[in-house]
Amino acid sequence: MFIIKCPFCGEREQSEFKAGGEAHIIRPKQPTELSDDQWAEYLFMRKNIKGIQFERWNHVHGCRKWFNVVRDTSNDEIKAVYKMGEKPPVQ
Amino acid sequence: MTKNLRVKIGKTIDETYRISFKFNGSTYYGFKGDTLASALLANNIHLVGRSFKYHRPRGIMTAGSEEPNAIVQLHDNSSRTEPNVRATEIEIYEDLEASSQNCWPSVNFDVGGINNILSPLLPAGFYYKTFMWPASFWEKYEYFIRRSAGLGKSPTKPDPDIYEHEYIHCDVLIIGAGISGIIAAKIAAKKGLKTLLVDEKPNLGGSTIYQNSDHFKINNQNSGSWLEKEINEIKKLKNLEIRTRTSVAAYHGYNFLLARENLTDHLPIDQRKDKTRHKLLKIRANKVITATGSIERPMIFDNNDRPGILLSSAIKKYADYFGVACGEKNILFTNNDSAYETAISLIQKGINIEAIIDNREEINSKLIYEVEKSNIKVFKGFTIVNTNGYKRINKVSLMKLSKDGQKVIGSKINLSCDCLGISGGWTPAVHLFTQSGGKLKFREKDQVFIPNKYSSDQISIGSCNGDLTLEDIIKNTPKYLREFLNLKKTDYDNTEVFSSENQSKRNIWLLPSDKILGKTKSFVDYQNDATAKDIKLALREGFRSIEHVKRYTTTGMGTDQGKLGNMHALGIISETAGAKMGELGTTTFRPPYTPLTFGTIVGRNVGEYFDAFRKTPIHDWHVDNKADFENVGQWKRAWYYPKDNEDMNQAVQRESKAARESAGILDASTLGKIDIQGTDASEFLNRVYTNAWSKLAIGKCRYGLMLNEDGMVYDDGVTTRLGENHYIMTTTTGGAANVMGKLEDYLQTEWPELDVYLTSVTDHYATVSVCGPNSKKIISKVIPNLDLTDENFPHMSFKNVNIGKINCRVMRISFTGEHSYEINVQANYGKSVWEKCMQAGKDYNITPYGTEAMHLLRAEKGFIIVGQDTDATMTPIDLQMNWIVSKKKYDFIGKRSLYRSDTSREDRKQLVGLLTDNPDEVLEEGAQIVANVNKSPIEMLGHVTSSYYSPNLKKSIALGVVKGGKNMMGQKLIIPMEKKNINVTVSDPVFLDKENKRLNA
Amino acid sequence: MKNKYSIFSLIKNAFSYHENWQKAWKDPLPKKEYDVIIIGGGGHGLATAYYLAKKHNTKNIAVVEKGWIGGGNTGRNTTIIRSNYLWDASAGLYDHALKLWEGLSQEINYNVMFSQRGVMNLAHNLQDVRDLKRRTHANRLNGIDAVYLSTKEVKKFCPIINTSPDIRYPVLGGTLQRRAGTARHDAVAWGYARAADEMGVDIIQNCEVKNIKRKGDVVEGIETTKGFIKTNKIGVAAAGHSSVLANMAGLKLPLESKPLQALVSEPIKPIIDTVVMSNAVHAYVSQSDKGELVIGAGTDDYVSYSQKGSHDIVEGTLNAILELYPIFSRMKMLRQWGGIVDICPDASPIISKTSIKGLYFNCGWGTGGFKATPGSGDLFAHTIANDEPHKLNAAFNINRFVSGDLVDEHGAAAVAH
Repeated sequence: MFIIKCPFCGEREQSEFKAGGEAHIIRPKQPTELSDDQWAEYLFMRKNIKGIQFERWNHVHGCRKWFNVVRDTSNDEIKAVYKMGEKPPVQ
Repeated sequence: MTKNLRVKIGKTIDETYRISFKFNGSTYYGFKGDTLASALLANNIHLVGRSFKYHRPRGIMTAGSEEPNAIVQLHDNSSRTEPNVRATEIEIYEDLEASSQNCWPSVNFDVGGINNILSPLLPAGFYYKTFMWPASFWEKYEYFIRRSAGLGKSPTKPDPDIYEHEYIHCDVLIIGAGISGIIAAKIAAKKGLKTLLVDEKPNLGGSTIYQNSDHFKINNQNSGSWLEKEINEIKKLKNLEIRTRTSVAAYHGYNFLLARENLTDHLPIDQRKDKTRHKLLKIRANKVITATGSIERPMIFDNNDRPGILLSSAIKKYADYFGVACGEKNILFTNNDSAYETAISLIQKGINIEAIIDNREEINSKLIYEVEKSNIKVFKGFTIVNTNGYKRINKVSLMKLSKDGQKVIGSKINLSCDCLGISGGWTPAVHLFTQSGGKLKFREKDQVFIPNKYSSDQISIGSCNGDLTLEDIIKNTPKYLREFLNLKKTDYDNTEVFSSENQSKRNIWLLPSDKILGKTKSFVDYQNDATAKDIKLALREGFRSIEHVKRYTTTGMGTDQGKLGNMHALGIISETAGAKMGELGTTTFRPPYTPLTFGTIVGRNVGEYFDAFRKTPIHDWHVDNKADFENVGQWKRAWYYPKDNEDMNQAVQRESKAARESAGILDASTLGKIDIQGTDASEFLNRVYTNAWSKLAIGKCRYGLMLNEDGMVYDDGVTTRLGENHYIMTTTTGGAANVMGKLEDYLQTEWPELDVYLTSVTDHYATVSVCGPNSKKIISKVIPNLDLTDENFPHMSFKNVNIGKINCRVMRISFTGEHSYEINVQANYGKSVWEKCMQAGKDYNITPYGTEAMHLLRAEKGFIIVGQDTDATMTPIDLQMNWIVSKKKYDFIGKRSLYRSDTSREDRKQLVGLLTDNPDEVLEEGAQIVANVNKSPIEMLGHVTSSYYSPNLKKSIALGVVKGGKNMMGQKLIIPMEKKNINVTVSDPVFLDKENKRLNA
Repeated sequence: MKNKYSIFSLIKNAFSYHENWQKAWKDPLPKKEYDVIIIGGGGHGLATAYYLAKKHNTKNIAVVEKGWIGGGNTGRNTTIIRSNYLWDASAGLYDHALKLWEGLSQEINYNVMFSQRGVMNLAHNLQDVRDLKRRTHANRLNGIDAVYLSTKEVKKFCPIINTSPDIRYPVLGGTLQRRAGTARHDAVAWGYARAADEMGVDIIQNCEVKNIKRKGDVVEGIETTKGFIKTNKIGVAAAGHSSVLANMAGLKLPLESKPLQALVSEPIKPIIDTVVMSNAVHAYVSQSDKGELVIGAGTDDYVSYSQKGSHDIVEGTLNAILELYPIFSRMKMLRQWGGIVDICPDASPIISKTSIKGLYFNCGWGTGGFKATPGSGDLFAHTIANDEPHKLNAAFNINRFVSGDLVDEHGAAAVAH
C-alpha cells in the first residue's frame, strides 16, 4: 500500500484515496461536433500505460480534493504529485 | 515405553514447573518453556505425522517455523481447534491436546500408507495423465483424491477468541532479535530513533544465546554470555519497544509490514477468556532492518525423511535450549563445520555420538580436532546412501564419495543409530526481503542467494545478508549500520571476535547413490513428498522454468513454503539443465512468511462490525414499533411494520391502502442531500442534469435525472432552489456518496471556472414524509402558522418554517402521487417531529409505511426507481422520459452518448406497464418477457422490473422493459415461468391518477 | 506421435522408473516466418493455437510467450467455471466454453480436472434477489442450467454458510448452476500446449515481443528478444499486457489493467464441496483437490502492472469470508498473490478484428477469463482463420464502444468472476 503525498494535506495512507484513472483527458468542449469514433476515444479508450503514468487521485477520506500523481505502474513507485491545472513536474 | 531423554536442564526450561499435555490421547509431561516438539522429544517421541501424498511416517525435523513434518491438530473437536500447527512453534501449556493429522486410524497404523507402496505409479503429475476414463468418472475419482489429500481438519464451530489490529509508526523496525538484531536495536535506539524490535520466538537472542563454547568468543567472553549482557542493556533503552512472539508475515511496498503478535496461544485455555488472542500489527516504518537469520539446509539422499532425522542445528538447540537429547545413538552427517558445533555441545552434555559423516575429504578445522579428541569416529569423504527404520531411523548406510562427488565408490558401511542430524550448510532467510521487491544475487562460493538491490529504505544484516559466521556478523554489522543510519561510530566498532570455525563446505545438491535414481526416494520437499526424481522427471518432460517445476512437482507449495528444500530443487534443476543458479532465479516467496490466521487478519471486523450500518434519527421508533428492516447500501431502512400476526404482504397492502385513503408517513431520512451554493450553481445543475434549471424560481422544486457520460441513467431526485445561489439536491439512498463524488470530480477537474461549493448534508437532516388526502390537515396541526393553500404553497414548492422553535424546511413534493409534504429538520429533532406528526395524525389513522409500500405506491404512479427499473443500460429515452431531456441545452453529462448509432436505435428496451390477464396474478420481479414461446431459442424481449398487487386498483400491476415496447401498447406478451406461461398486456406505466388530480386533493 | 496418457502408460512407464516419458512440448527456436503468430502463452493463446491447427487446418503457427507458459492469469486465478450469464451474447459465449470444458480432458488427452461441483451465487439484499431471479429466468430460456434457491436450499446445498437472519448482510437466496465448477489451472495451459505441440505448433518461451511491425495498415511481423519473425496474422492474447501490445501497433483499447488478488488457506480435509460466490459482500470460495480453500479477492481501483495489490483488499475479502463462514476464523492464509486483469468498461471481453489488417485482439476478460478458455480459443481461432468473427463472438467486437452496443454485465450486477 502506497503513501501518497496529497498536495493539500501531506503524506497519507493509500486507503484514504480513490484512484480516478488516466489524467489529462479533457472533456471535449463541443461534444456534439464529434463523430461517434471521436466521442468513444474520449469516453472509453485509455493508454493504460506500463511505466510512467499521469493519473488522477482523489483524497476522498480527507480534503476531498482531486490532484494528479505521476506513478510508475510497473512497480507502483510514485514520482511526483501536482495540483489540478498545474503542469506535470516531470516529463 | 516412554523414556525420559531430558539430560540436563536447558537454558529456558523451568524444571520446577511441570506441565501435563496430551498427544494422540496419551498424557505426557514437559516443563514450562518447552515447545510441543521439545516435550515430545524428551518423551522419546519422534513420529508425529504422516506425509501429504505417500503417508510416510514423519517426525520432528527442525526447531522452528521452517518445520515441514511435525504439524498437528490442536484441541480436536473443540471450538478452539486449529489444524496444521507446527509442533516446533507451539509452547506447551497445561491440558494442551494435540493429535496427528492426515492418518487413519492412527499415526502408527495409517491405511493411507498404501500410497507409499503404490508410489511407483504416483510420480509427479500422475493425475494429469490418468483418471480420464470413463469421461464422466473424474468426479468419482476426485472424491477419493480429495479425501486422501488435505492435512488437518477445519474447525466446525465459531471462534471464541477475539483479535485486534494495531497501527504502529516507527523510525526503525528491526525484524529478528538474534545477535545482529540486538546490535542494531542498541545502535538505533541509542541514536534516539523510535525503534521497534520484533522476534517470532518468546525469547530474545536467536541461536547465539545458547552458544556456550569457547570456540566462539566476543570480547573474550563466550558469545552467549556476551549477548545476554547486551540484551539486558537494551531492555533499559527508552526508545526501544520489544515485541516477542511476533512474527512478520508480509513486507509490502513503501515499508508497510504486517506482523502477528501472539498473546495467548501459550496460555492454558481457561486463562484466555476475554483476552485478545492475536494482534495484527500494521507497521509503517521509515527504515527497516531485516535480521531474520538463516535456515540450515538438509541433505538430499535416499530415505532422508525418516522420523529421527533432524537438522543438526535443531539437535543442538534441543540439547542446549531445552535440555533434550533427540537420541541415544546419534549420528551427524554434514558438508560443513556446523555439525561439529552440535557435536561439541552433545559431548559437553554427555550425549552419545556414534559417528560423524562428513562429505569433505580433508578439513583443517579446530572444531573437528576437538571432536576427534573425544574418540568419535569421523568418516571423511563419505556420504549416506540409504537409511532404514519405518517409524524411526535405526540404520544408515554410507559409502565413499568419488573425487568429483558424482559417484559413490567402494563398499557399503552400515551404522546403527536412533537419530541422525544433517547439516547441508545455511540458507539466508531472504523471504521478507524479496517480498518487499528486493532483488537477489547468487554467491557462488557457498551457493547462497543474498540481497543485492533494495526497493525501499531498508537493509538486511547478519546471516540473512550472507554473513554466515560470527566473525562476519561482528565485523560487518556495525559497518553496515553506520552507513544505513548515517552514524560516525557505534558501540561495536572495536568489538573483538574469535571463532574456530572453518568456512569450507562441499555442496552437493543431490548426493549420489549406489542405486539408480528411479529406485530412490530422496525428498526435496518433505511435506509434499516431492523427490529428486520427481524434479528430474519434470525437466525430462519439458518443464524447464523453475516455476513450472515447482507447480508440476508441488515442490515448495506446502505449509512451510519450501523453506528447507527450495534451494535443493533449484540446485538439481541447475545441474540437470546445465543452467547457472544465478540465472535460474528463485521462485517467488509469497506472503505470508508463516501462515496467518484469518481471524488475525480480520481483527474486530466481524459480526456487527463487519460493515458499520447507518441508522436514521428515527430508527429507534421503528424498532419500538416492530418494523422489519431492509438493507439499502449501508442503511437500515424500515421495510414494513407488521401488526399483530400480519405477514409482509398483509402489512404492505394495509400500509399502501392507508396512504391513499387517509394518510401515510415515511422516514425518508436516508435520501442523499447535497447542499449546493455559489454564483454558478444554476449553471452547474444545467450541466449535470438532463433538464434546464436556470428558470427555476426561488422556493420551487424540480425533479432531475442525472446520466453517466455514457448516456445511461445514473441517479434521480428532487432539487429545491433555496435562494438565488443556493440549492439543496436530493439523491437516491444508495447513490448518495457516488453522486457527491462524481459532482466534485466534474467541478474540480472539468469546470474549475464555476463558482460552486458542494457539501454533503445527508446526516444533518431527518426527513419525515407525510402523504395522503388527509396530509394537509395533519400538517396544519403540526405547523399551524403555515399557510397551506395551493396559492401560497403549491405542489413542487418549498417553505422555511418553524415548528415551535425548531427550524425546518418543508417541501411539497410527492413520490406517491398523493398530496404530500416532506419535512426536513435538523437530525436531532427528527424523532420528535415524527412523533408530532403521528400524534397529529392519530384521528386520521396516520399509518407508518416502509420502503416496500413506498415502492408499491410509486409503481402505481409509474415512477421509476433507479437501480430497480434501470440497470445502467437504460437511457432517459428508453424510460420514455423524453420530456425531461432538454433539447435546447447545448450540453450536459451524457448528452453526446444519446446520439450514438446504437443508443439512438428505436428498438431498444423501453419502460412499459404490464397488466396480467388474470388480475390476481402477481408477476415475479426479474421474470423474462417474450412474444413467442414456440420459437426456439425463445427470444427474450425484456424483463419485469417491478411488480405488486395494488390494493388501491385491486389488481396486479407491473413495470418492465421491453424491446420496442413504446410502440406495443395494448399488445399481448408472455411471461414464461418454469411451469406455466403468464399472459400480459402492455400498458401505460402510469396505472393510477393519470391526470395527477390527487396531488392537489 | 506422442504417447498417449493413460493408466496403462503410467504402469508401463513405472517399470522403467519413468525415465522414458517424452517432452510435453518442445522448446524450439523461432522460425523466420509463420502463417499465424499468437502472442501470449496463457490458456487463451495456447487454446487458440490448438484450435487453429485442429479445426482450421493452419499449419505454421507459433505461440510466443514473454515468460513461461501459463504463468500469467492462467496460473493465478481461482479457476471458477460457469456460464450463467445474463445477456444472450454472454450466455452463448460462456456456455460454448462450458460445453468444451465438458470433453476437454479427453479431447486433449490431459486431465484438466474439470470438476462440476456446482457454483452458487448468493443474494444479500432485495435488489440482489431481483437480479439473480432475472438472471436465472434468462438462463433457463437460454438453455443454461440454473435454478434459484431459497435461503433454506442454500443452507442445504452448502451447510457451512451462516444463513442466520441476524448477520449484517443475511443470505436472502441464491442461484445454483450445477454444471459449473472448477478445473486445474496449470493443467489447462500444459494440456493445450502439449496438444498444440503435437499438431506442430511452435511454443516459444522467454520470447518477449518488443514491437509489432506494420506496413501501412497491414501487419508484417514482430520484433522479439529472439529476433524478427515474419507473419501476416497476429492474434494477441496477452491479458493484462494487451494495451502494451496495442500501443506497439499504434492502437488504443478501452482497457485498464488492474491488480487482482487471490489467496489460499492451508490444506484441510474436505469441508466445502462447491463454489460459493457472493458479489454483494465480495467473497468467493471453493476448495482445491489439494484441500486448500481458494479465495478470490477484488481488484484495486488503479492501473498497475506490478502484480501486487493492497492489503486492504485482502482484508476486506477475509472480513466477508468470516461473515459468511465464521468457522474459518482459525484457518490460516498460506499464500497470497496478485495478477493483472484487463478490464473493459462493460465487463465483457473483446474477441475482434482491428483496424489493422491481420491484427486480432482477444482481451478484456477482466476477472473472469479462465472459465472461457476453451471457448475463447475456439472462437478466436475462427476469427483469425476466417478474418470474420463467429456468430458467438460477433457481439464482442471493438466497435461496440463506438456504437454504444455494449454487453453490460456490470450494469446487470453480474460481476464477471
